[in-house]
Amino acid sequence: MTTANLVFIVMLIALASYWLGIQRSIKVAGGKQQVKHLVSLPSQYGLLTAFWCGIPAILFLLLWSAIESSVIDAFLIDQVILSADGQVQQNMGLVVNNVKLLAEKITLSEDLSAATELQLQNAQFYILLNEKATLLKTLLTLVIAVGCVSSILAKIKHSFHARNNLERIVSGLLFTCSGIALLTTIGIVMSVLFESIAFFSQVPVTEFLFGTQWSPQIAMRADQVGGSGAFGAIPLFVGTILISTIAMCLAIPVGLMIAIYLSQYATKRIRSIAKPMLEVLAGVPTVVYGFFAALTVAPIIRDFGLLIDLPIAAESALAAGLVMGVMIIPFVSSLSEDAMTAVPVALKEGSLGMGATQSETVKKVILPAAIPGIVGAILLAVSRAIGETMIVVMAAGLAANLTFNPIESVTTVTVQIVSLLKGDQEFDSAKTLAAFALGMMLFITTLALNIAALKIVRKYREQYD
Amino acid sequence: MTKAVNESLPTSAVTEKIKLSLTKRHRSEMMFKSTGLAAVVLGFILVFVLLFDITSKALPAFHQHWVQLEVDFSEDNLRYSEGISLEDLRYRSTLRKAIANQFPDVKSRRDKRKLYGLYSTNAEFAIKDFLIANPNTLDTIQNIWVRVDDDVDIYLKETTSLGEPLVRVDVKEAQWIKSLVETGRIDKRFNIEFFTSSDSREPELAGVRGALTGTMLTMLVTLALSFPLGVAAALYLEEFAPKNKWTDMIEVNINNLAAVPSIIFGLLGLAVIINIFGLPRSAPLVGGIVLTLMTLPTIIIASRASIKAVPPSIREAATGLGASKIQTTFSHVLPMAMPGILTGTIIGMAQALGETAPLLMIGMVAFIVDVPASITDASTVMPVQIFLWADSPERGFLAKTSAAILVLLGFLFLMNASAAYLRRRFESK
Repeated sequence: MTTANLVFIVMLIALASYWLGIQRSIKVAGGKQQVKHLVSLPSQYGLLTAFWCGIPAILFLLLWSAIESSVIDAFLIDQVILSADGQVQQNMGLVVNNVKLLAEKITLSEDLSAATELQLQNAQFYILLNEKATLLKTLLTLVIAVGCVSSILAKIKHSFHARNNLERIVSGLLFTCSGIALLTTIGIVMSVLFESIAFFSQVPVTEFLFGTQWSPQIAMRADQVGGSGAFGAIPLFVGTILISTIAMCLAIPVGLMIAIYLSQYATKRIRSIAKPMLEVLAGVPTVVYGFFAALTVAPIIRDFGLLIDLPIAAESALAAGLVMGVMIIPFVSSLSEDAMTAVPVALKEGSLGMGATQSETVKKVILPAAIPGIVGAILLAVSRAIGETMIVVMAAGLAANLTFNPIESVTTVTVQIVSLLKGDQEFDSAKTLAAFALGMMLFITTLALNIAALKIVRKYREQYD
Repeated sequence: MTKAVNESLPTSAVTEKIKLSLTKRHRSEMMFKSTGLAAVVLGFILVFVLLFDITSKALPAFHQHWVQLEVDFSEDNLRYSEGISLEDLRYRSTLRKAIANQFPDVKSRRDKRKLYGLYSTNAEFAIKDFLIANPNTLDTIQNIWVRVDDDVDIYLKETTSLGEPLVRVDVKEAQWIKSLVETGRIDKRFNIEFFTSSDSREPELAGVRGALTGTMLTMLVTLALSFPLGVAAALYLEEFAPKNKWTDMIEVNINNLAAVPSIIFGLLGLAVIINIFGLPRSAPLVGGIVLTLMTLPTIIIASRASIKAVPPSIREAATGLGASKIQTTFSHVLPMAMPGILTGTIIGMAQALGETAPLLMIGMVAFIVDVPASITDASTVMPVQIFLWADSPERGFLAKTSAAILVLLGFLFLMNASAAYLRRRFESK
C-alpha cells in the first residue's frame, strides 16, 4: 500500500475513533442524560481519541518513509556482496543501481534478455525486500493507530480530564506550526550553504567574487577534471546593479511624487481611483511584465535607436530596467505614503500656519521628517529589484558583458540562476553548484537590505510615538 | 534670519518683500503640484498601455479560421479493404487529394507541397476521428471543416487586401486563400479549443487546459497547506506565545521571509524537497509546497493583524464565563478574525497564482501535452505556460501568449475583487 493511501486510511480510522470516543464517554457516563457527570464534554473525548490515533500513526509513517530507502539499500548491498562470494566490488553504487533498474523492468514486465542470472536473482531479492517493507509498514501503521485508540479508550473514565489533555496537544500543534517559518529559513540557509561550499571547493572564492569572466557553459563541454569554465561573477553583479539602477531611476521619482500627491493634494475621489490603479500595477504577475518588456518595450526602444542612428541591443538593459521600474512604482509609493502619513499633523499644520505653501511644507517639513521611512522603502524596493527574476529572464540577455552602458545587453544574477538550473542538472558539476553560490549572494544581499530597512524604520518610529 | 530682517526694515517693507516673492512661490507651488499630478497620470497611462497592449495582442487568439474540404472517403482513396481497422487507413493522402481537387491547376510538386501546408497538421486526425465516429460515411464524399495552418490564420486576420502576399504567405498561397474565401469555404469561428486543448508545438492547436488544470492542482495544494499552517502559526504567535527570545526570533524570521526573493524558494525546493525528500520533479505537489513556504509569511502577517483587531473584551467575556484559553481562541477569537484571515489568504493565493520563478527551478517548465490527473503528475502552470509561449519563435504564439495572460489576469482580478468585497463587507460591521 502506498504512503498516500495509508495516510488516507489513518484519517478514516481517526474519524471512526472520534465517534468511538464519544460513544465510549457516553457509555462510561451511563447514558446521554448522565453526560454532565463527566469531567469533559463527549466531543472532547472524541477529539482526543482521534488525535491520539492520527498523530502517532502519521509521525511513524513520516519516519518510516525517511529511512526506508537507506535501510533497503543496506540490505541489498549485503545481498549483492553475498551473491558475489563476499567480494566487495569497487563500483558498488553502480551495481546496486543496475539491480534497481532491472527490478523496475521486471515489475513492468519488459524485456529482460540482457540480464545475467545473478542480476536477476538480486533484482528478485530487491523486489521481495520492497514488498516486505511495504507490508511491514502497513501492518505497523495500523497496529499503532488501533493500539493507540484502544489504550486511550480504556483510559476514558469519569475523572479523566480529556479537555486538558486535548488542549495540551492542540497548543503543541500550534507551536509546531509557528516553527515552520523558522524551519524554512534554516532550510534555505542550509541548501544554499552546502551547495555553495561544494562549489567553492571546486572554484576559489576569490575567483568567484572578483573574477571578470563568466562563462559556465565551457565546463560542461570540456568535461575535464576540475572543470575549466570561468566563474567570475563581477559581470553579473554589475549587470544586476545596472538594471536595478535604471529601475530605481524611474521608480523613486515617480513613486515618491505619486505618494506626495496622494497624501497631500489629492481629493478623496482621486484617491479612490488612483489606489486601485496602483493595486493593478502591483498585482500584475512579473511574467506579464516580462512579456511586455520583451515584446513591446524592447522593440520600441530599438526602433527609436535606429531612428537616431544609435545601435541598441535587442535585449538592452534599458528595456528590462524601465519595465522593472514600472513594477516597483506602487511598492515605493505605498511605503513612502505610509511614512508621510505617519508624520504628526501638528508639524504640518505648524508649517502651514506660518504661511508656508503646501510644496514648501512638503519639501522642508514632511519629507525631512519622513526621510527614514522613505529610505527604508527605497531599500526594500532595491532588494525587490535585485531579486526580481522573470522580467530580466525574459527581457535581459544571457551574455555576461561587463559594462555600465544601458543600451547594451547585460545579464543578472537571477537570469544566470534560472539558466543554470532550468532543465536537467547533475548535482556534482560546478555549473549547477554555481547557481547555488549565486543564490547565496542574492539571499545575503536582500537579507542585509531588509534588515537595514527594518532597523531604519523602527528607529524612526521610536521618535514620534 | 528673519530676526535681522525685522530689525532693519519697517513692517510694511517686509510685507512688500513677501508679496514680491509670492508670485514665484506660487509658481513653484503650481509646478510641484502638477508634477505630482503628472506622476499619477503617468501611472494611469502605464496601466492603460499595459492592458491595452496585451488585450489588443490577445484578441486574435479567440478566433480561429477553418477551411471546408470536400473529402472523398472512397475505399480506393483510403486503401480500405475488409479486415483493416479504420485506424490504419491512408488519411493523409486522402486529405491531400481533397485539397488538390479544389485546385486542379496546381501541378508542380513545390506548389502542391505549399497547398498541403494550408491546413493544420492535425487535419488528418480530424478526418480520421470523423470517419471513426461515423463509419457509415465510408465510400461517400463529405464536406469537413478543418483548422487552417497558423500562418494562414494570421494572414486572414491581418491582411487588408485579400490576395496580396504578406509576411509568410506568398502570392500563390494568397490567391488560393482568396479563392477559398470567395467560395465560402473559409469560416471564422470562436476558438473554444483554446480552453479545451492542451499545449502543442503548433500554435493553431495549443490551448491552456493543461496549464489551467496544473494551476488548479497547485493552488489546491498551496491552499490546503498554507491556510491551516498560517492560521495556526498566527494564533500561536498572537494568543499563546510567551514574550521571549524564541518568539522574537520567529517574528523577525517571518518578516524577513516575506522579503526573500521568490527564486530562492525555488532553490530550496530543488535542493531539499526534490533532492533530499525525493518528491517527483515537475509535480503540482512540489510546486504547491514551494508556493506554500512563499505565501506563508503573507498569510501569517495578515492573520495576526486580524486576530489582534478582535477586541479584548470578547476574550475577557469568554474567560469570565469559564472558557479555557483554547476554547476562547477557537470559538470566539478565530470566528471573529476569520474575514480578515480569509482576505489575507486570498491575497497570498493571488501572489502564488502569478508566481513563476520558483516553479522554473523545480522543473515545471517542461513541454507537457497531457492534462495532469493528480498532484504527482508532471504538469505546468499558467504563468510558466506564458513564459514558454513567449519564448516560442512562431508568430502564432504571440496571440496565444497574450490570451493566456488575459485568462490569468482575469483570475487574479476575480480573487482580488473578492478579497476587496470581503474586506468592505466586514469593515462596515
